[in-house]
Amino acid sequence: MTMPKWFTPAAAICGLMFAASPLLIANAPYESTMGLVQKIFYYHMPAAMTFLISALVCGYASIRYLFGGNPRHDRLGYAAAELTVLFGIIALVTGPLWARKAWGVWWQWDVRLTSSLMGWMVAVAYLLLRKYGGPGSDKLAAGLALFGMANVPFIYISVNYWRTIHPTTSVVPTLPTSMGVPLWFALAAFLLLFVLLLRMRVILEAQRARLDALYLSLDA
Amino acid sequence: MFARIVWLVLRKDLTVEVRSLEIAYTTLFFAVSCVLVFAFALVQEGRAPEDGAAGILWISIAFAGTLALGRAFERERQSETLRALLLAPSPRPAIYVGKLLGILVLLLAAEVVLLPLVALLFQTNLLAHPFWLAAILLTGTLGFASVGTLFAAMLVRARSRDVLLPVLLYPITVPVIIAGVRATALLAQPEFEVALVRFWTALLVTFDVVFVTLALWTFEPLMTD
Repeated sequence: MTMPKWFTPAAAICGLMFAASPLLIANAPYESTMGLVQKIFYYHMPAAMTFLISALVCGYASIRYLFGGNPRHDRLGYAAAELTVLFGIIALVTGPLWARKAWGVWWQWDVRLTSSLMGWMVAVAYLLLRKYGGPGSDKLAAGLALFGMANVPFIYISVNYWRTIHPTTSVVPTLPTSMGVPLWFALAAFLLLFVLLLRMRVILEAQRARLDALYLSLDA
Repeated sequence: MFARIVWLVLRKDLTVEVRSLEIAYTTLFFAVSCVLVFAFALVQEGRAPEDGAAGILWISIAFAGTLALGRAFERERQSETLRALLLAPSPRPAIYVGKLLGILVLLLAAEVVLLPLVALLFQTNLLAHPFWLAAILLTGTLGFASVGTLFAAMLVRARSRDVLLPVLLYPITVPVIIAGVRATALLAQPEFEVALVRFWTALLVTFDVVFVTLALWTFEPLMTD
């Protein structure tokens, strides 16, 4: 398994998009109450979306692996779990930076924040299990991902009834175009980055598996 | 057939436990130590914060439960008895249910001692609605133990399993802890809001149903080499 032909041009486009996005964000109008600090939103929301999509990919791949046993799905799940942690960190760091100015506190035990943190922790637990679990941990990690997926609605409902403050999803479609364009642009850049990294990571795992197989055949 | 195997596994676990009482004593002592540690952390001027008792109760259950789960399966690892169990010509889910019931009995027994102690030490009216309290404790403990039994079973063959069990278990069981703490705290309130208690209990029951089903479904592929 080698890098596909589209990889290099796509990586170049992704780099250009990330280089251009600050310009677009700088030209977007100031939000009336929050001012400059609101601009962190253009990276926060796309990172959070990518985090969510990555977690879904990991869960899907894990279920396929658990019941199918194809190592391709395992590699996809592993790669997606790593990216879930990565994009989760971006969302969880930009969020409090914004919250400090918008809400006056670094952290709120709100439904979205708490559920994101819990989802992120499941992804970290997945990686810890893969790293320190020893042989056979691939299946166990897939089981953990399955439980993590099933857990999402419960975390959401329980924390929602506990307390809530985060703006709801209904805010995004109502944004004016001047704010919407940089947002969707940043989201596209993040998604492209996610696809590229995922592809790269899956190829790396596949090559690692091949190398292991070669070593084993040498011993035999 | 299914029920018989469940019963045999449960009876085996309880017999081993009754002969040594190892898990029962250590778990209970550990739970009491947890209560004390949290009391030192939270009590100010001789009084625990409001709702504190419910939180302390559930944290102690979760911590002590992890200890019991780890030990119950460590026991199965010695002389490879878990492998023997899995080799037996019996449906795998029955083995899971048997182990789950064994853990559940142990934890509920620990709670019976823990509960009056917490109520007494924190002067809360936890026992005002015994029926609801029993329902919350049973459903909450079942939710915690259903995930815990599966994870502890699948970690038996993994390296560093002692560390990994709480690492995997706590993020997944957060909803159980939230629902358990909220519902238990509501019971101690002066005016009893039955609708809210019913909501949290319903959430716990749904959690139990979903996670027991998932565990029965995944126990087979997870325990196969």
